[in-house]
Amino acid sequence: MANIFAFAEARNGELRKVALETVTAARKLADSTGGEVHALLVGAPGIAPKAEQLGQHGADVVMVCEHPEFVQYNPEATAALAAERIRSGGYRAAVFTTSAQGRDLAPRVAAKLGVSLVTDVTGLELTGDTLVVKHPMNIGKVIATVGMAATPAVIAIRPNTFTPVPNPKAGRVEIVQPAGDPSASRVVVKELVQGGGGKLDLADAPVIVAGGRGLKAAENFKLVEDLADAFGNAAVGATRAVTDDGWRPHSDQIGQTGRLVSPNLYIAVGISGAVQHLAGMRTSRTIVAINKDKDAPIFKVADYGIVGDAFEVVPVLTAAVREARKGH
Amino acid sequence: MGMRLKIAVCIKRVPDMDVRFKIGADGASVDDTGLKYDINDFDAWAVEAALKLKEKAGQGEVVVLSLGPDAAAETIRKALSMGADRGIHLKTDKIPFDGFAIATAIAAELKDGKYDLIFFGKMSPDSSNGIVGPIVAELLGLPCVTAISKLDITDAKGTAKREIEGAQEIVEFPLPAVLTVDEGLNVARYPSLKGIMAAKKKPLDVKPAALGDSKVSVQKLELPPERAAGRIIGEGAGAVPNLIKALQTEAKVL
Repeated sequence: MANIFAFAEARNGELRKVALETVTAARKLADSTGGEVHALLVGAPGIAPKAEQLGQHGADVVMVCEHPEFVQYNPEATAALAAERIRSGGYRAAVFTTSAQGRDLAPRVAAKLGVSLVTDVTGLELTGDTLVVKHPMNIGKVIATVGMAATPAVIAIRPNTFTPVPNPKAGRVEIVQPAGDPSASRVVVKELVQGGGGKLDLADAPVIVAGGRGLKAAENFKLVEDLADAFGNAAVGATRAVTDDGWRPHSDQIGQTGRLVSPNLYIAVGISGAVQHLAGMRTSRTIVAINKDKDAPIFKVADYGIVGDAFEVVPVLTAAVREARKGH
Repeated sequence: MGMRLKIAVCIKRVPDMDVRFKIGADGASVDDTGLKYDINDFDAWAVEAALKLKEKAGQGEVVVLSLGPDAAAETIRKALSMGADRGIHLKTDKIPFDGFAIATAIAAELKDGKYDLIFFGKMSPDSSNGIVGPIVAELLGLPCVTAISKLDITDAKGTAKREIEGAQEIVEFPLPAVLTVDEGLNVARYPSLKGIMAAKKKPLDVKPAALGDSKVSVQKLELPPERAAGRIIGEGAGAVPNLIKALQTEAKVL
């Protein structure tokens, strides 16, 4: 009977979807050991009521640490607290997420515990004394099966891979104190600058409409934005060529050096399909490509292709999607 | 003149990803036959960031460090030809998958170097783990900011920008510090002919990598399943109704 630790990521006083995914993955491990899931939730005063959602998704215990110094992400104090909790709790494994914050936090925690970790985990299973995980390498062109012998095994799961599953448990709240003084952190997030006025982020959107050089100019991204609007639940992405040219911010870049996305529906508009781009979106469930060049590599990964001029096809598609979604 | 900074940049030699990879005979490594190698993009941007800081100050030293087999020396030479001052090659025949084992060797080398800044790329595309930089920071007890896309150093303080999902964090930190570099920070320079000639004479210190024990290891590598072949629905705007139908009835995403 070994318990599993899960870190529940929050921002601006709200749980992020990845927090529920983390608890879901931890639950899967705990069910195989017959143990409990203990989640850690860190935030500014007022975060505690969010613990309930974690209980609904499989947390037996939610450790809540509220402190004014946790308004923004506080990397050093959060890592110190997580490491202290994992050490004192004797957990078999600790589950984080491979978000921007998770990528920053999980290695700090592992190092404090003196163990290694694997990020971007897409599958996990306890086999005897070893936690065996799946980890895509070489921009997803090779899948590694990695054995983790040490206890605790520290992992960060890939977002949008472990679908949150309702699985109500007690979710008993335990108030915990920071480890040390959170105001003594050397690295301080001074400001959180919100991008794009409440629009859906690439990580959370079930539909992504992405544009490439084929759109010819920054202002023509309006076509892509309109199509995204028609879906109502879509985010806008771009290729590296487009972000390098400054048509879109770097944070919109999908690809090897940018964001890795895996939505239900990915629509590539005027995107040729360079390897660098495919690396970021090839695991999307359904891929649609609209491109003038019938030999463009994007058609090799697309489930559905339309050979044609984006300027002609996209407005018609936008209108058709609006029509199809009427009443939604 | 600005503050004199001693800067280390940790770089990695990685294969070009624009190929179809093959699994090696042992089933747990990539067959490197025919692969082309170069410096990791993120690491090239890290080298550029260090060179810019040195140039702005008009003084300082940029040391590049790479852990890897004999051929890692080529990657170090490339960074030297961009303008770095000297290199350190931590030699090992095989780079382990375990990022903690790697970080242990790098931290041991950098520990007494009195560096003001230690740069890493935010990740490398081959192992795709992205953990060595922050682990080195922890092992050295240094402040760390990961995945920065903007950097300003004034006196012994720094301000950096981090892209996170749908927002940006503005982060302040004191020196010395460890920074990992994201895309967007700069554009890496190409080595000049003069730089390439000068690099041949720059010092390159070779020593064995004091790797930590590997606690995580690759048991098996596989190629992912191919995507099922898709189909061209049609040409031009006339194909839209068929696409809508396919999205509704086959893919069920609309």
